Amino acid sequence: MVNRENAKLMTGNEACAEAALVAGMSFFAGYPITPSSEIAECLARRLPQEGGTFVQMEDELASMAAIIGASLAGVKSMTATSGPGFSLMQENIGYASMTEVPCVIVNVQRGGPSTGLPTLPSQADVMQARWGTHGDHPIIAVAPSTVRETYDWTIKAFNFSERFRVPVVVLLDEIIGHINEKIVFPKREEIEIVDRARTKQNPEDYKPYELTDSDIPLFADFGSGYRYHVTGLSHDETGFPTNDPKKVDLLHRRLNRKIDRYKSEIISYKTAFLEDADLCIVAFGSSARSAYRAVSRARTSGLKVGIFHIFVLWPFPYEELNKIARRIKKFIVPEMNLGQVAHEVACATKYEVTQVNRVDGGLITPDEILEAIKNVPV
Amino acid sequence: MGFRYEFRLSGSGGQGLILAGKILAEAAAIYDGKNATQSQSYGPEARGGSSRSEVIVSDEEIDYPKAVNIDLLLCFTQEACDKYHEDVKETGILLVDKSYVTKIPEGKYKVYSVPITETAETKVGKALVANIVALGIITQVTGIISKGAVEAAILSRVPKGTEDLNLKAFNTGIEIAQQFK
Repeated sequence: MVNRENAKLMTGNEACAEAALVAGMSFFAGYPITPSSEIAECLARRLPQEGGTFVQMEDELASMAAIIGASLAGVKSMTATSGPGFSLMQENIGYASMTEVPCVIVNVQRGGPSTGLPTLPSQADVMQARWGTHGDHPIIAVAPSTVRETYDWTIKAFNFSERFRVPVVVLLDEIIGHINEKIVFPKREEIEIVDRARTKQNPEDYKPYELTDSDIPLFADFGSGYRYHVTGLSHDETGFPTNDPKKVDLLHRRLNRKIDRYKSEIISYKTAFLEDADLCIVAFGSSARSAYRAVSRARTSGLKVGIFHIFVLWPFPYEELNKIARRIKKFIVPEMNLGQVAHEVACATKYEVTQVNRVDGGLITPDEILEAIKNVPV
Repeated sequence: MGFRYEFRLSGSGGQGLILAGKILAEAAAIYDGKNATQSQSYGPEARGGSSRSEVIVSDEEIDYPKAVNIDLLLCFTQEACDKYHEDVKETGILLVDKSYVTKIPEGKYKVYSVPITETAETKVGKALVANIVALGIITQVTGIISKGAVEAAILSRVPKGTEDLNLKAFNTGIEIAQQFK
């Protein structure tokens, strides 16, 4: 039997809040919105207990601005929202990308567009997580499918954001946010925590965006005596604006290379039953749960079906899927949107992809996926 | 595939069905050492509107967390009963609150019609604990989760100061179900 100290029944939202504290987050600014509100509720209670700061802001624009400011001052920060709030945060998410300020944005997806379906699940913000803010920009987005995964991936989201100095989006959905499930906590000493690399230079020699071998500039806490200019304008290594084409080109290529060159360390997925499969289901988030059930039922009736379960949506596992497509030619993508990941899978595999989509606020059922498995053209 | 048992507790917002579902799931997952999930579906209203709480108990990891082939359906409104009775298995159980559900839809499932809210009011002393009376009945008729586990979960989830009232409600539910043939 499980040690009760180590196991708890909790929701994805609660696990997300607890994990953020374990990751070292000490500043939360947000505006409550269904189905993410329990994250703010939980942290409003827990952060003061842990010596951190919780601020309920006037809106999501300000929430995003506040967590960027806090992070610039040297603390790990996050916000949590749902679709309408995520839309309002986009401008400042771009600012965080451009200024290389680590932060974590949790989006518990609901049906959209606009206020949509507040209490019902959706997975329709996949593309918004990647391209919601304008311009070429680096971003990482993770998509857990269980309460335990939410715990683990929230911690990893902080680690990615600290290591690469990028905003990281945790894409939950109403199912994962609100499901109560048993979580057996990992031992604290087994959890890896990453902190941003800080400069050891003298303040007078410091350039906030000086080139490094890693492509990731060294951080100085704002207000700690280092001369530090921050702007959303294209800037050179001093942090001041520039229109010099060479410097601008250098900046934008580095910003994007920063994720691209490390993508093999970021991309994460799990496969099951793929060895002898002639059909692969590519799934993520809560619809992956339906996919697992569909796969095990398909296997019971002798169908050779496997699963490719994506944990990190951005950067997307194009090459990994392409490798699988050398042997498997049939792909099914179940998702609670009208085909956002399916298009990426088609792009990666060069095959036509069968879509199973729901946008009515219901979780895709294993039966719906099974039906698609049986009907995939040979 | 292993053992999987599906509960759906249905009615309207404010009847405590989500809490009842959490207690069942916590009892099974934490105190009985099985796996359990509780999920819910509700409308955007603060109160009223339909409310549905689903609990899956299994001896293996639970992937799909929704109830589709129901072993036990609890209905606290006629509307919920009309809407959901078709999802109950042939070998399943339909438990309704007699005070709210007057027309019981025909089916192969076993039916228990109990004045749950009325019992909570007259025998326990508060209509508010009807959800916990229902938990007592459910625990006794299904035998899926141990009595001790449900008691422990009730104590961990109800507000301080209401423990005795809730335990009384739970035991009243058990006693009612012990009278069933």
